[in-house]
Amino acid sequence: MSQTSKIVRVTGVVKNFDLGKIVVEVLKGIDLEIETGKYISIMGPSGSGKSTLFNMIGGLDKPTEGKVFIDEVDIAQLDAYELAWLRCRKIGYIFQTFNLIPVMTALENITIPMTFAGVSSDEALKKGMDLLSQVGLAGRHEHRPSELSGGQQQRVAVARALANNPSIILADEPTGNLDLTTGEEIIKLLKELSIERGVTVISATHDYKMLNVSDQVIWIRDGKIEKIQQREELNISTGGLASAH
Amino acid sequence: MRRLVELPLSKSFKMAFQSIRVRFFRSMVTTVSLVLAVSFFTFIQASNDTAEGLLSSNDQTVLLELVKAGYDITPESGSIESSAKQRWILFLSLLVCVVGIINAQLMSVTERFREIGTLKCLGALDRFIVRLFLIEAAMQGITGGLVGAFLGSCVALGSCLATFGGKAFFFIPWGQLLVTIAVATGTGTLLSLLGVLYPAFIAARMQPVEAMRVDQ
Repeated sequence: MSQTSKIVRVTGVVKNFDLGKIVVEVLKGIDLEIETGKYISIMGPSGSGKSTLFNMIGGLDKPTEGKVFIDEVDIAQLDAYELAWLRCRKIGYIFQTFNLIPVMTALENITIPMTFAGVSSDEALKKGMDLLSQVGLAGRHEHRPSELSGGQQQRVAVARALANNPSIILADEPTGNLDLTTGEEIIKLLKELSIERGVTVISATHDYKMLNVSDQVIWIRDGKIEKIQQREELNISTGGLASAH
Repeated sequence: MRRLVELPLSKSFKMAFQSIRVRFFRSMVTTVSLVLAVSFFTFIQASNDTAEGLLSSNDQTVLLELVKAGYDITPESGSIESSAKQRWILFLSLLVCVVGIINAQLMSVTERFREIGTLKCLGALDRFIVRLFLIEAAMQGITGGLVGAFLGSCVALGSCLATFGGKAFFFIPWGQLLVTIAVATGTGTLLSLLGVLYPAFIAARMQPVEAMRVDQ
């Protein structure tokens, strides 16, 4: 059962943005199912509706038509408190720009989601330290974001995303602001944690390095799903790319 | 599913304090405008208090000196009245101060849009954000109010002693002065809270998706 359970289900989603004079149709009917524990990449050119779909899956935006289910809960039915709870407990966010709270130390950044979730301070500190060492930053807990490199900040962000043991990690271009090697390290870390904890990773990306670790790649073009590739197909196509060079 | 997110008050205080400490310079700019307005307010009030004290000495020479120094003494009540002009200037200075605080706090909200968006992504409710801004403003208000009141009353006392000489020291109504300081500190805190209301509302209404934005 856990092998086939669907953590995210998107049915007939249409999203329009009303710009006053014109209405822009960004998503034109998306149907999608994401299985628990998979590593998913959403790929697509800028303006394809990739970010809009991604935000919808993350409970950050509501569809104009259609339904988005996260863990079989229709997010359109949730009030502000329930949405906040969902963001706090079910979803871990990783951003392109890291988005650590600049005034707090690495450890404090990791413990905020736990504070929101009502975890006691001692327990949160202990878990925060564990998470820091899991992402390879043991001993850096007292450092502020400005005292950490980009890669280190993103590691703290990964640890923060994992703080409340979410079912889903949403990563928006997690390697977009990192150099090649650091980006690869973060991808590897995400993949390892996904396998280790059985957490579903969904990332919107331009980064072809992501393809190697993805179980599934969803290609979006012009507000529709162009194709969904499974891992096996990907090996062939990336192999093809490599041999073409 | 009905479980709620929370932010204990002690943690809110800690976060607000941290934010002020790290962004010390910015907070100081906001606080300084408050210090100036409150010290002006205290100076006017405390000067009237000391003049009132001197008046109670019933000494004719002191009375003449008071009139010479520009105090309006109403013959019938025999007390010092703050003139309409004085009240008007006072009101304007406090108004300018509030507008300045609103401006500074709006800037600070704009600067922190990503931080606010991120907090909301992590599960913060609108009222957590409002509370953080209010606590920050209250801390700035109390500090600015106290410093301003102290500064204003010191200047008022100093100028009183300079104008009327050492004898004035015996007529200073200390109790009244303390009340003035307390009122001034309270006014400062109130102004600071008043100034942060609208910016805090803007911050709380910010959508979590703002945190995803890469530009700026």
